[in-house]
Amino acid sequence: MTVPAQKAPEAGAPASLRPARPRWRETLGLLVRNPTAAVAGLVLLAIVLVAVFDEALAPSGPNEIAVEDRLRPPSWAHPFGTDDLGRDILSRVVLGAAVSLRVGFLAVGIALVVGSVIGLLAGFYGRWVDDVLMRVMDVLFAFPAVLLAIAVLAVRGPGPGNTALAIGIVYVPIFARVTRASVLGVREEVYVRASRSVGASDWRLLTRHVLPNAAPPIIVQTSISLAFAVLAEAALSFLGLGTQPPDPSWGLMLAEGRGFIDLAWWLAFFPGMAIFVTVLCFNLLGDGLRDVLDPRQRTLMAGGGR
Amino acid sequence: MTAPVLEVEDLRVQLRTPRGTAHVVNGLSYSVGPGETVAVVGESGSGKSVSVLALLGLLPARTATVSGRALLHGEDLLAMPADRLREVRGPGVGMVFQDPMTSLNPMLTVGRQLVEGIRAHGEVPKTEARRRAVELLGEVGLPDPGRAVDRYPHELSGGMRQRVMIAIALSNSPALLIADEATTALDVTVQAQIIDLVEKLQADHGTGVVWITHDLGVVAGIADRVLVMYGGRCVEDGTVDDVLERPAHPYTRGLLGALPDLTAPADELATVPGVPPAPTALPSGCVFWPRCPVRADPRCETEQPPLAVVGASGGSLPHRAATWCAEEVSLV
Amino acid sequence: MVLAGVSVIVFSLVHLVPGDPVRLALGTRFDQDTYDALQARAGLDQPLVQQFLGWFGRAVTGDLGVSFRSGETVTSQIAERLPATITLAFAAILVALLIAVPLGTLSALRPRSAVDRVATVLSQFGISVPDFWMAIVLILVFAGTLGWLPSGGYVPLTEDPGAWLARLVLPAVVTGVVSGSVITRFVRSSVLEALGSDHVRTAQAKGLPGRQVLTWHVLRNALLPLVTVTGVQLAYLLSGVVVVEIVFSWPGLGQLALQAVQARDYPVLQGAILLFALVFLVINLVVDLLYTAIDPRIRR
Repeated sequence: MTVPAQKAPEAGAPASLRPARPRWRETLGLLVRNPTAAVAGLVLLAIVLVAVFDEALAPSGPNEIAVEDRLRPPSWAHPFGTDDLGRDILSRVVLGAAVSLRVGFLAVGIALVVGSVIGLLAGFYGRWVDDVLMRVMDVLFAFPAVLLAIAVLAVRGPGPGNTALAIGIVYVPIFARVTRASVLGVREEVYVRASRSVGASDWRLLTRHVLPNAAPPIIVQTSISLAFAVLAEAALSFLGLGTQPPDPSWGLMLAEGRGFIDLAWWLAFFPGMAIFVTVLCFNLLGDGLRDVLDPRQRTLMAGGGR
Repeated sequence: MTAPVLEVEDLRVQLRTPRGTAHVVNGLSYSVGPGETVAVVGESGSGKSVSVLALLGLLPARTATVSGRALLHGEDLLAMPADRLREVRGPGVGMVFQDPMTSLNPMLTVGRQLVEGIRAHGEVPKTEARRRAVELLGEVGLPDPGRAVDRYPHELSGGMRQRVMIAIALSNSPALLIADEATTALDVTVQAQIIDLVEKLQADHGTGVVWITHDLGVVAGIADRVLVMYGGRCVEDGTVDDVLERPAHPYTRGLLGALPDLTAPADELATVPGVPPAPTALPSGCVFWPRCPVRADPRCETEQPPLAVVGASGGSLPHRAATWCAEEVSLV
Repeated sequence: MVLAGVSVIVFSLVHLVPGDPVRLALGTRFDQDTYDALQARAGLDQPLVQQFLGWFGRAVTGDLGVSFRSGETVTSQIAERLPATITLAFAAILVALLIAVPLGTLSALRPRSAVDRVATVLSQFGISVPDFWMAIVLILVFAGTLGWLPSGGYVPLTEDPGAWLARLVLPAVVTGVVSGSVITRFVRSSVLEALGSDHVRTAQAKGLPGRQVLTWHVLRNALLPLVTVTGVQLAYLLSGVVVVEIVFSWPGLGQLALQAVQARDYPVLQGAILLFALVFLVINLVVDLLYTAIDPRIRR
């Protein structure tokens, strides 16, 4: 029994109109003129900066316990309030950004590298290489995403590194499919065939011609996958499988705040807001990139995670 | 002469594009009499298709601005309320589009697509409409119409699909038939069959025809009159003999130069050197001067020449051209 | 084929779990005789390949083994959880379609209008919002502050339809909004694509009334991508809403699988994952069949 590889409507138009090389400067220019994507990009930049300079920016230590200040509502001293141990929620949200983003980037990095290489090989060499690799991807894709991640974490134990690995494995088949589809579109292009006919090596063909031209959908997919990786990290930490206490993580803070939801809404509200804004910005940026780079929408929208 | 079926006066179409306003049609006027065939020729991008889509209000309303008048039996298509325009589409004007592969809905049977068109204009019982559909498919030369009526478009060849398109266009016996590159996508034999078919139907029903093409071979075969479009304007018009045998505009001359034998099917008209002007940046002066090999008049680069009568007409219609250089052309 | 592949991976994955599951299941009540007996019963004293073949052979006949934790058969445990999961999944997909089809169609019909912009923003929000956070906020508002609905739990329909519905609303809305946002975007783009196709122009040129053009030439043709994305979402809802189930104390399969992971109860985990893979394949099959029914080009 086999699963049909992909149901999404295939990009119908021939790919011959594709420019020989994506024009990065023009892309950036177009992106800037898309206000939503530009704002999303700026907010993300701010979040990344916050994550990088977390220790310097956080008003107080993330694990500074002040029992006399427990469950304080938002105020000037504690803009996001304090939790049940009197820890400053703003500081914990700031430090949580570092954890979330590190896991997110690592996870997508794993998926990007492994998935793209698989997709590249499958798309470029075709035949049995394609068959074998993509069948394996089909199998992996048939797993429910969250459960696959949970199972990986069960094997490897909790923690940020393993969380990234678990999420990364879930997204490998998506990157493999996107890359393969993109490479298939480029493989038969005149310039690739021309280059092949003058005896260019496979390596040169792949790195000089195929990869740069197949890149746009992969870039778009990267942005969208980052959104889902941040979301998945939060979900896994929420379930107690990701980041472990007392480290601050948005998902974990949500789980801890859940018990106090009637008493102190701010415990769960602000970490949730942080997840929401970050994920939203990655999605908006991905959309903007898609409009500019991949108008024929070859990206698998929203992938298997949702 | 009897009253014309269609009279287009000073038709102008502007489209808003990301690169600015495109002046696609710039003051086009012509008329079509009953049983008459007017061929509109020109390269891709000369505004031919847009000019007819505008007549039926089929351009995207958000980006297109249409002005001028287009009288169908004296009633202005461009000023019609949407309801009335819907009634006119079909019985008033039937239209055949270029690509038979995509112009039919792949999800519905041929019969259904005919029947819904018939039933949209008058109370026709289903069985009666279906009988009409079979009859029409027979008329346009589909073999075994009784079975073809239940087929889906993908089960028919390109030529057969185009016949279906023609059957749909004719299903409400329109006063005017517009064929937009109707045979361009077809091979030569099928093309000839379809042209014969339209001529026969025209003779039977007295339909006026606007035939858009860039194939001069087709023009010679089908047209009574020719209108040459360039840069959204009519640059030359007249009877088919006048225009094809005594072209007065350098552009028409160029098109014909690309044609070795008028009776043979033509190549595309791309052999005039250069490309048509972008409708977002039309040249000042004569629209054709940047590509013009003649340019014999000082006004070429500064002033758009009016459409003026040239030479002695061989037929009942004036032979006109919009050029400063008609005399020079006639000497070539 | 895929099912066999999934089985191999499931099997090897759970056997890589560190720690001795039998010892873990016994906990403090450990004694060597019970241990040996349990291990023999689970077949853990046999070589791995033999274990797998034995398990796979039994799995094909519907026997998924016995839970380490409760001693019940895995099949009965799954069967017990199935109604709750199916209820939630179908309720959610209903909510999703009720949101997505009208909203996606409207925004495609008036691109760049106010409706379109609002719909785009809302669906973007719906995709980005963490579902468990939305669940918590909705519980706070509707169960806490307003006190209109219970905060969680599950009552079978046959027992008390009113209580069943009251407990279903919030989880169905949370999961439905997320899925609906994804589907809205698909509906919008497929309706837009259908709108721009040549045959719609033909239909207009025939003088069909606008509504007929929309129903038969636009929506009819946008149905195919809708079926695809709905299938994907349904598969996801039937297998992946672990977190929402936890928040709403919804006794579904996701919860069972999570508990199995935490308790290293691997016969249950194996069974659950295998079932999810099966669900995925069955939905793919149904989508294929629907394709054939919808698109004459696929019919032979």
